[in-house]
Amino acid sequence: MEQEYVLSVKANNNNGVLLRISGLFSRRCFNITSINAAETEEPNISRLTIVVTADLKVLNQIKNQLLKLYDVHEVRIMEDAVKREHILIRAGRSEEDRHKIIEIANLYRAKPVDVGKDSIMLELTGEPLKIDSFLDLLKPFGIIKMVRSGITALERD
Amino acid sequence: MILSGSDIIVECLLEEGADTVFGYPGGAVLNIYDSLYKYSDKIRHIITSHEQGACHAADGFARATGKTGVVIATSGPGATNLTTGLATAYMDSIPLVAITGNVSCNLLGLDSFQEVDITGVTMPITKHNFIVKNIKDLALTLKLAFKIAGSGRKGPVLVDIPKDITAAEIEYTPLGKSEPERFDDISEKEIEEAAKLIAQCERPYIYAGGGVISSDAEKELARLAELCDAPVSCSLMGQGAFNQLDRRYIGMLGMHGTVKAAAALNSCDLFIGVGTRFSDRVIGDPNVFGKNAKIIHIDIDPAEFNKNVEVYTTVMGDVKTALSRLCDKISQKKNAWTDEIIAKDFGEPVLKGTEAFPVTPEAVIRKLDELTGGEAVISTEVGQNQMWAAQYYRFKNARSFVSSGGLGTMGFGLGASIGAKVGCPEKTVVNIAGDGSFAMNLNELITAYAHNIPIIEMVINNNVLGMVRQWQRLFYNKHFSQTTLDNRHIDYVKLGEAFGIETFVIEKNEDIEPVLKKALEISKSKPCMIEVKIDRDINVLPMIPAGKPVVDPITEIDLEA
Repeated sequence: MEQEYVLSVKANNNNGVLLRISGLFSRRCFNITSINAAETEEPNISRLTIVVTADLKVLNQIKNQLLKLYDVHEVRIMEDAVKREHILIRAGRSEEDRHKIIEIANLYRAKPVDVGKDSIMLELTGEPLKIDSFLDLLKPFGIIKMVRSGITALERD
Repeated sequence: MILSGSDIIVECLLEEGADTVFGYPGGAVLNIYDSLYKYSDKIRHIITSHEQGACHAADGFARATGKTGVVIATSGPGATNLTTGLATAYMDSIPLVAITGNVSCNLLGLDSFQEVDITGVTMPITKHNFIVKNIKDLALTLKLAFKIAGSGRKGPVLVDIPKDITAAEIEYTPLGKSEPERFDDISEKEIEEAAKLIAQCERPYIYAGGGVISSDAEKELARLAELCDAPVSCSLMGQGAFNQLDRRYIGMLGMHGTVKAAAALNSCDLFIGVGTRFSDRVIGDPNVFGKNAKIIHIDIDPAEFNKNVEVYTTVMGDVKTALSRLCDKISQKKNAWTDEIIAKDFGEPVLKGTEAFPVTPEAVIRKLDELTGGEAVISTEVGQNQMWAAQYYRFKNARSFVSSGGLGTMGFGLGASIGAKVGCPEKTVVNIAGDGSFAMNLNELITAYAHNIPIIEMVINNNVLGMVRQWQRLFYNKHFSQTTLDNRHIDYVKLGEAFGIETFVIEKNEDIEPVLKKALEISKSKPCMIEVKIDRDINVLPMIPAGKPVVDPITEIDLEA
C-alpha cells in the first residue's frame, strides 16, 4: 500500500548532487513530494530530506537505487523523527482581515515579519499537519503568496 | 616531476594498465593527442571512423578481455557521439572510462564553440561522471574513475576535462594502480538459507547471467551445477558463462530461449538466478514467472532484488565468492527430474531455407561453430542476427560472446569486434551482423583495414529489418512498414573492395564450408567480409511474445496465415 515516507540522505556536497538525485527519481518514476537539501556540520557533506509516496517495494527500490549513486553515503528511512516545515505566507485584503489574521497567528505562534496596509506576511515553523491547518484557516482571507520549505527532519535518539 | 595535464592523463592510463585506447582527435583534446604522440611507444591509440565506433570498440575490448576499456573524444559532437556507446555499456555493466575534452574553464557555460554539458547529458547513462576544473584534482579523479568503473557492478565512467586543464602543469607523483572495491563480505545467514533450499529441493534449475562472467565465476558456476545436479540456462548476457557442450546445458531462457528451458522453468521447484537482473526479455509476465518454484537470487547489486520479480531469498555479494561459499555448504545431489529434462526431446524448431535462398543462418553458424571448435569470439549486431548467433554457436568460454543485451544497440557489433580483436589478437573474432545493422556503422570497416585488425564481418543479408518484420507479421497484420530494404542494391563484394576488405558470398549450401574456411584462413592476417544471402522470412524461433508467460513458446510461424 502506498504511503508517505521521509528519507534522510547523506551525500557529497557538490554542485551536481541534487541533479543526480532528482534525475534518478524522475527517470525511475519515483514520486517525490518534497526535497530539501542543505550543507551539514561538515561542509563537504549535505543532508537531504526527501518525502516520497511509495509502497514498500518501491520504497526499497528508492533506497537501493539511491545508494548506488557514488555521491550518496547513507539513506535512512525515518520512522521516529522530528519533522518540521517552515512557511512564509502573505495574506489579507483589508485592514480588518489583517487584524483577524493576527489573531490566528497568535494561536499558532506564527511571527509577523512584514506588515502592509491591508496584508501581512507571517512565518511559521511546525509539523506539516500544523502548517496545513494554519493554511486552512488563512485561506478565507485570500492567500496572496506563500512558500513552503518542504519537510526537514532528524531522527530522535 | 612537473607534467602537463595531458601528460598526467597518459601517465595515469599507463599506471592503470590501459596500454590500448580508442578515440578520435579534435580541438578540445589537442593537448591530449600531443601527449599520445609523445607516448606513442608506450600506448596504442586506435582511431575509428566515428566516436560511436570508438566507444563500442572500447566496450568490445572490455567484454573480451575483462579489462577496463578506454575511449577518448573531443568536446561537443565528439562527446555526444559517445552517448549510445556509453548507454550500451551502462545497460550491460561493462567497465569503461571515457575521457572527453571540453572548452577551457573560462568558456564553460557560454555556449562556446563545440561546448556541450556532457556530464549533464551522460548522468543517466554512466555509473558516475566527473568534470575536472582544477588540475590538482586530475590524477585522483582519473584513478577514481577506474576504481568506480571496475568495482562492484561495473559500468562506464566519464571524465570531462577542459582544455586549459590539459595544458596546465603541476608537480606529479604517481599514485599507483587503483584497486577495485571488493564485495566479498557475504551474510552467512543468506548462504545458509540458500544451501538449505538447495538441500530440500528436488528439481533445481540454474539460470546464469552476465554477472557470472563479470566476476569470473564460471568455475564456481560449473561446480554448483554439478553439486546441485541441476540443468543450466544462460541469459543472452550470460552466453559463455557455462560450457554449452556440457550435458547440463539446456539452452537460453527467455523470449527466444529453447522450449526445453521454458519447460524447466515451469517444472522446477527451485530456480537459482545467478548474476542476473531478470530482464523483461527473459521473464515475460512477471506475475507468472517461476510461480511453481522458490527463487534464490544471487547478485552483487541489491537494487536488483525484487525489482522485476519477487524472489524467495537473496544472496548479496560478489558472485564468485558467493558461489564458492555456497558450494562449500552443499552436498552432492542427484535428481531424477534433471535426467528427464536433459533426455527429453522437446521438438526444438529447425530453420528452413527456400528454393531461391536455400541457406539458413542456422546452417552457417553451426558450421562456423564446428570449424572454430567453439573457441572464437563472436560479436553481434542486434536483431535476428544476434539471436541466431546466441542460439546456434555453442559457447564454451566466458568473454566469447560480445553483444548489446540491455540497450539492444544496432551498429554495436562491428566496432565491438574490432575492440575484441585488439584485446585478444590470438583469437578468431567474427561479427555476426544483419544487413540493417551493418548499414548503420559499416564505416568501421575502414578502421579494421587501416589498423589491419583481422576480424571477419559476416553480414546475414535478408534485405529486411528481420526482427521488426517478424513482429509486424505476428502483431501488425503483416504491415511491413519501413522494414523492406529492397530499394537498396548493395554489392557487398564491391563495397568490401572499396574499403580494401576481401569479400565472399554464401548463397548455396555448398558455399558454406569452403567460404568459411577461406575466411578463417584470411583472418589470420587481415580482415575480410562474408555476405550470407538468406530468405527474408526466416524467423527467430522459438518465441515468447513480449510480456507473455514463458510457457509453450511459438515454434512455428505460418507464412501463409
